[in-house]
Amino acid sequence: MTEEELKQIKPAVTVDARGTYCPGPLMELIKEVRQQPVGSVIELISGDAGSAKDVPEWLNKVKQEFLGVIPGDGFWRIFAKKVKDM
Amino acid sequence: MSKRVVIVGGGVGGTIIANLLAKKMRPELKKGELVIDVVSDKPEHFYQPGLLYMLFGLKHHDELVRNEKDLLDPMVELHLHPAIKIDKDKNEVHLKNGVVMKYDILVLATGSRPAPEMIPGLKEGGNWFYEVDACLKLRHELVNFKGGKIVLTIGLPHKCPVAPFEVSYMLDDWFKQRGIRDKVDYTYTYPIGRLHGLQPLADFGAKTFPKHGINTETLFNMKEVDPNKKTVTSLEGVTLKYDILITVPPHKGAQVIEDSGLGQNGFVPTDKFTLKMEGSTNVYVVGDTTNLPISKAGSTAHFESDVIVENITSELREGLTPFRYDGKVFCFIETGMTKATYIMFDYNTPPNPVAPSALIHWFKLTYNKVYWLTPMGIL
Repeated sequence: MTEEELKQIKPAVTVDARGTYCPGPLMELIKEVRQQPVGSVIELISGDAGSAKDVPEWLNKVKQEFLGVIPGDGFWRIFAKKVKDM
Repeated sequence: MSKRVVIVGGGVGGTIIANLLAKKMRPELKKGELVIDVVSDKPEHFYQPGLLYMLFGLKHHDELVRNEKDLLDPMVELHLHPAIKIDKDKNEVHLKNGVVMKYDILVLATGSRPAPEMIPGLKEGGNWFYEVDACLKLRHELVNFKGGKIVLTIGLPHKCPVAPFEVSYMLDDWFKQRGIRDKVDYTYTYPIGRLHGLQPLADFGAKTFPKHGINTETLFNMKEVDPNKKTVTSLEGVTLKYDILITVPPHKGAQVIEDSGLGQNGFVPTDKFTLKMEGSTNVYVVGDTTNLPISKAGSTAHFESDVIVENITSELREGLTPFRYDGKVFCFIETGMTKATYIMFDYNTPPNPVAPSALIHWFKLTYNKVYWLTPMGIL
């Protein structure tokens, strides 16, 4: 999705993981993807540059959908969609 | 007319807040201008970090438990009836015995619990040390273990994020002491692509696990356990065979939070600085009960409690709530049976573990004995 399209999304849940070191952004995303119903969009805000790489890799591995990322000033807004039960 | 602060939960967070508030607001309590109530579903206060030591026979149940009543300031009222409903619009807490408590300020300190039932087969096939009975069962399994495959798995969310590290190092030492380490094939799994959520700890593990003969499997999120075949399969498609499956199960918050519509899975949406429930001006949330993406640990509840007490006092006296939580967390980390390290971090400062030492290990053992001063609001 384009940045403009991502900006239009109203996520079911937004996890702001900036400034939190433990358990960390990807763990928070995994938790949310597991507990939200199928069809939900989850937004993760991370201050860790690695998240923009880690999150799509994990989503791909578990066959969930990576919608895209909007880079911010020192943070990344990452969007995922739960497309099947897990 | 007197003000009433109701605290739901008698764990570390709820008890500290009650005691510190009773100390700070002594004049108002004495004049009858303030009432502090603690609602708890059990008469005992349990020191949960002690379970790690109980697993190895280093602590007995009696050492880890005190009467909640004995820990509370005499001017705090303890209600030993479970809260079954919280009505935030009417400012009411409903107890199981039919009593309805009106509050001016509410503190949610309902904690979290292991919920192995969230993963198919985990309750039947897994062993965990986060609860007394399960810990003793695992202890028996380990003492009778003659060798084979042990797999450690981790669910999300969970409390005490360093415990999986600690138990792995301690088991390595313990099996060596028993003379069967060479017969134990131990695999540590982790949900993300490194060995811990904290990067410095992940680096520390990557450096030290090989020396301890600890195998690793990262990006491993439990999908299901087959207790008959003794296998655990991940969402990522990996299946591991085990003789003993040790797990840190995924956790859930309290049922009363879910039943009252205050938060999914029992975790309450909370402002990371004010620690007020989102959308509320008179409900605070502490410790494991928040949905904040920070460590669910006793020290988190402890440091949050200080801020909540300052704000409640300030609010009742001046109508102001200027204090902010900075995300501070402190954790000891046992790196075996004789050494430990620690980490301390906040929203702006990443953790940086120091070199493990016997001194820090002994400090931790000492804290295990004097823990009771923490809920009492002394330490």
